Amino acid sequence: MAVHDDELWLDEDAGRLVRPYTVSNGRTSPTKSLDLLSLVMATGQIATTQLAPEHAQALGLCNGPTSVAEVAAHLRLPAMVTKVLLSDLVDCGAVTTRSPHAAASPTDRSVLEAVLDGLRKRL
Amino acid sequence: MAYENDSDLFPTAVKVLVAGGFGVGKTTFIGSVSEIEPLSTEELITAASIGTDNLAGVENKATTTVAFDFGRLTLDPRYVLYLFGTPGQDRFWFMWDELSTGALGAVILVDPRRLETSFEAVDFFERRGIHFLIAINEFDGAFRYDSEEVRAALKIGPHVPVVLCDARGDRSATSVLVSLVQYLLTAMSSHSA
Repeated sequence: MAVHDDELWLDEDAGRLVRPYTVSNGRTSPTKSLDLLSLVMATGQIATTQLAPEHAQALGLCNGPTSVAEVAAHLRLPAMVTKVLLSDLVDCGAVTTRSPHAAASPTDRSVLEAVLDGLRKRL
Repeated sequence: MAYENDSDLFPTAVKVLVAGGFGVGKTTFIGSVSEIEPLSTEELITAASIGTDNLAGVENKATTTVAFDFGRLTLDPRYVLYLFGTPGQDRFWFMWDELSTGALGAVILVDPRRLETSFEAVDFFERRGIHFLIAINEFDGAFRYDSEEVRAALKIGPHVPVVLCDARGDRSATSVLVSLVQYLLTAMSSHSA
């Protein structure tokens, strides 16, 4: 798995370079297209100890399928900064992702029926 | 990426918006349905294309921080429903495409004492073509309008459901979502007919 050195602070020699709130290095465009509802999950291929603190913290929140919005809320970072961190993690193979639009169209009847069934069971 | 297409690893995330004026009970509603305590996060949005009516003289792009609350409900192993509360005080969220894109539909909560605070949400979803229903949050001591009075006041069509709810109650809030999804299915049938 190729690691893009210019996009990720994985270099162990470099140590922890990054202060909070500069965690996205000023970048406001993640390399991957992530939505608030994109789900992310750790692949287990990269250990948190190999990562800068903010990336490690983000990765630690992705043990099961987790939405970008939830990761942002737990990190207490703006959604856009969180997306940059998570796309770094996708790029280095630490997390895998699935776009909400890949699977669920609002006009898909089977999706609505499944949602309706799930809700009714709770009544 | 080895896992990229392995969709079996992931449930499908779907989204319903909960809109309405400030203080109408959106976060309460979300908390009643959600399996987690409602979470909050924020996004910086660029409001370059906002209407000039109240930004006259502002030449450059305006950016604003928009905070929103959300909750989660795992419906079954395949589907997870997220409820996103639209930022009630802030007109700028209307500029934020990501929040509404891909939403199954919307619940517009209405405070019967302050119907006018929900006008903007009604306009927004009508323009976007996002189906919504009206849920009247029955605040204690509030004057009880009947649903047809609210429908007339909000100038919404006869096809849009208007239901009563108590946003504090799990069953009541869940029932509102059931009504919304039933309406979405009905609307889909009538479109394809």
